[in-house]
Amino acid sequence: MIRKVVRYLDQRSSTAPFIRKSLRYLFPDHWSFLLGEVALYAFIVLVATGVYLTLFFVDSTAPTVYHGPYVPLQGQHMSEAYASVVRISTTVKAGLLIRQTHHWAANVFVAAIVLHLLRVFFTGAYRKPRDLTYLIGVTMLLATLLEAYLGYSLADDLLSGMGLAIGWSVGMSIPFVGANLMSLLFHGPFPGQSSLWPRMYLAHVFLLPVLIGSLLVAHLTLVVLRHHTQFKRKRETERRIVGIPTWPGQAPRSLGLAFATAGVLFLLGGLVQINPIWLWGPYHTYLATNGAQPDWYLGWLIGGLRLVPGFDVVIDGYTLVPGPFWGGVAFPTVVLGFVYTWPWIERRLTGDREYHNIVDRPRDAPLRTAIGVGVLSWVFIVFVAGSSDRADVVFGLSYTAQIWFYRMAALVLPIVFGAIAYRVCHELVASERIAADRKRAEAEAKARLAS
Amino acid sequence: MQRRLILLALFVVVATGAAPVTTGKHLYGRYCAQCHDAANAPALRGVGALAADFYLTTGYMPLPHLGVQPRRGRTLEAAQIRALVAYVASLGTGPSIPNPHPERGNLARGMQLFTDHCSGCHQVLAEGGYVTGAVPPPLGADTPTQIAEAVRIGPNVMPKFTARAISSAQLDSIIRYVLYARHPDDRGGWGIGHIGPVPEGLVTWFIAVAVLIGVCLGVGRRLRA
Amino acid sequence: MRRGRDLAVALLTLLLGRIVRPRESRGRIVPDAPGNTSAELVALAFLALASFAAVGFIVAYAVGGNTQYLGLSLGLSLVFVAAALIVTARKLVVAEELEEDYPPEEHVVEQERVEQIVEEAGDGLTRRRLFKLGLLGTGGALGLALLTPVLSLGPFFTTKYYLGTPWRRGRRLVDENGKPWHADAIERDDFYTAFPEGANPEELGSPLVLVRLPPGDLRLPAQLRGYDAGGIVAYSKICTHAGCAISMYRAPLFQPAEPRPALVCPCHYSTFDPATGGTVIFGPAGRPLPMLPIEVDARGFLRAKGNFDGPVGPSWWGVRMWRPNP
Repeated sequence: MIRKVVRYLDQRSSTAPFIRKSLRYLFPDHWSFLLGEVALYAFIVLVATGVYLTLFFVDSTAPTVYHGPYVPLQGQHMSEAYASVVRISTTVKAGLLIRQTHHWAANVFVAAIVLHLLRVFFTGAYRKPRDLTYLIGVTMLLATLLEAYLGYSLADDLLSGMGLAIGWSVGMSIPFVGANLMSLLFHGPFPGQSSLWPRMYLAHVFLLPVLIGSLLVAHLTLVVLRHHTQFKRKRETERRIVGIPTWPGQAPRSLGLAFATAGVLFLLGGLVQINPIWLWGPYHTYLATNGAQPDWYLGWLIGGLRLVPGFDVVIDGYTLVPGPFWGGVAFPTVVLGFVYTWPWIERRLTGDREYHNIVDRPRDAPLRTAIGVGVLSWVFIVFVAGSSDRADVVFGLSYTAQIWFYRMAALVLPIVFGAIAYRVCHELVASERIAADRKRAEAEAKARLAS
Repeated sequence: MQRRLILLALFVVVATGAAPVTTGKHLYGRYCAQCHDAANAPALRGVGALAADFYLTTGYMPLPHLGVQPRRGRTLEAAQIRALVAYVASLGTGPSIPNPHPERGNLARGMQLFTDHCSGCHQVLAEGGYVTGAVPPPLGADTPTQIAEAVRIGPNVMPKFTARAISSAQLDSIIRYVLYARHPDDRGGWGIGHIGPVPEGLVTWFIAVAVLIGVCLGVGRRLRA
Repeated sequence: MRRGRDLAVALLTLLLGRIVRPRESRGRIVPDAPGNTSAELVALAFLALASFAAVGFIVAYAVGGNTQYLGLSLGLSLVFVAAALIVTARKLVVAEELEEDYPPEEHVVEQERVEQIVEEAGDGLTRRRLFKLGLLGTGGALGLALLTPVLSLGPFFTTKYYLGTPWRRGRRLVDENGKPWHADAIERDDFYTAFPEGANPEELGSPLVLVRLPPGDLRLPAQLRGYDAGGIVAYSKICTHAGCAISMYRAPLFQPAEPRPALVCPCHYSTFDPATGGTVIFGPAGRPLPMLPIEVDARGFLRAKGNFDGPVGPSWWGVRMWRPNP
């Protein structure tokens, strides 16, 4: 049976040697190497559930009046888009399951990418020859952030509508060209024309998925062609790769992880409510709610927008740098710029232009780990600052006091945490060396006693 | 004898009617006069039973410390509250305790009115929020009467909505919506607080990511030192 | 009868039969796995559970489509399949750890050949640099040409649309139902939303927030003097920081103990003072709230006296260079 299938394929495509090689392709074995796979499987769930949703979503901001089964929205004015999402959530059978799974998958997708990026960063896997793979990966992260933002904004509910207005304002704050660019994208001032929703929809269901998909193919191809990196254990060297073959070892593991990812996402999609847009109500430019937040992966930006004090840089009546630029554009640009250029920065700092197939444990590269911890804690502190108002509501901590605290903390703590990480790395390596020395001395002593 | 009995009965009636006001006066002296008869609190002449009932039944008053936003807290005993309300009501003419009928309200209209007038501070599902200098509380514990009272008073920095701004019928709808918001339609599953992305992010990281990392650890190897 | 018995035998064989292979080594590629019969049963059990759960999903869908049952059944089905696969991976297939060479760092000879091929092919050209320049130029021009239609997406070279609002002299202020606002309806310690009569309420230039202050409390700057109507002040409802609707009004009940009246935005808490022309007293907004001059007409209704004193919404490069069209 297997012979028949392979014969059919080989006769028509000449790929039997390729299939044989693929079946015994080696995968170095470490649990952290699977994080990228989690992202991949979340992406597959996203595409599958997303296709289903496109069969029901209406990408139109034409106004309509609700006359459906959900009572609190009866008679309310809303867009066709919002009404279609309410319909998916209340009337289409399994619609709410697919919709919630889609949104949970988006959150988990970005989380998995971030974890995968952290693993790649802190082990130095981005070094030559994998720097191109790394660049493609970071570009995918960027595209994913935009894709996810557009995705939850398409529902046109009160929460995401406020977020879209803020995104537009951040775009407006770009010096010299911001207002012109936004006018082009939105077809005029916010809230735009009837063409805006189809543009967002096209970007979300076609342009960006194609971009991410193509980058993904390039990324995986490069990973396969260069083979995966590995930690140094016993037999691993820069020349020899040690790993588990695709068949029969790796395949059930990866497939198991795939099904586990999909299973977790569908369990969440059915059991834990996410983005209940029927409860928020439709968006209107003249309405707002307290406690509005973006999805978690944009929380660092709301933190930036809240922490930067209120000032526009004005020169002679020309508003050179509107306020939201610093927290909304400059901050993420600096962080992403660091992430993009780090392989080159490290090369200059260490002078290491070698080829690397063996990756480091974080403790073995104290400078890299310290700088990474510093930048990561900077982003994390600003991220936490973004929900300081809820901290006031829930824990009673003064919002204004928190803002001042986080401003100081964001400047000081990254350096402190980086320094601590640096020391911890050295301590861990030193204690390992001491333990190894002691073991060797005991073995020598035992051998001497025996002889 | 009969006349004495009648006089005694009359006296009892008058005395029991007057008792709350006199006890109220004592209680007022004990709990309220220190601030409200001085300059560091508004005078209570003409505020009516409505205001007294609101502040006392919620426990906002008596205030434990000056200078902090009043928070819901321990209330005086019901009899003490009744007496104080009667006493404060007797200080000039003010609005009486309202009698809202949320069951007569329209839920959809209530959601619209609440979003227009209230969501900015209290959040669209009345989970509470923040405004510079104060914390508009969540509305999960308020009775319909207390909600009606708060709307008419505008306590602390809350705006004051008169019957011209929000009619009694509109108020009934708003209260009906607030009561609904305590157990809204959670057809998607566990509501996780009804405030959106913050708890959603927590679930993403502490449930989904935690479980998936666990699976990775089960499927892959670890580095042994 | 006979077929039924055959079927029963086949079923029993399927369920209970196991293969016992003779151990011959005929040049194996994949080493033999030791085998683990109890793990096999566990994996089969997981597959059975997965099947039941999948059927459960179909039943749940047919019976009403309750989201929780649908998610639980489908999710569990997938999780059980995952469990079966992981048991297979850990216990049922051979654990191999092989080694081989990484592919070579680079192929110097091939690189040289490629370079040689490309260079030799160009030997017929005498004007190489000119051709390179020509191709570059053509590529640039053609690329620019292909990008030009992007400009049709919306206005790019003009920013005049940011300055227009529906407000004109004499336009009445109405509520969201179109009912005109009477000055007496605007009471102290409350805030109201108003729109231009007959205009699109969703335009950023449309919504106003109105509050009434005691005329003695007003301290409007010189250029905004007279913008109020007997203490009623009207500001754009769109925050000058990042475009959210300013839907909070801080109305102190007892001024000595509480912060003064202010309009506050719920997004990043920009706080504006309505008594001084919408100046920013807290938060990240970089401009005061645009103020609309209003008056009370002969029948007591509120009307606009002109346009805002500045563009509405968030700041951009030209926001301080022009005023909205009167």
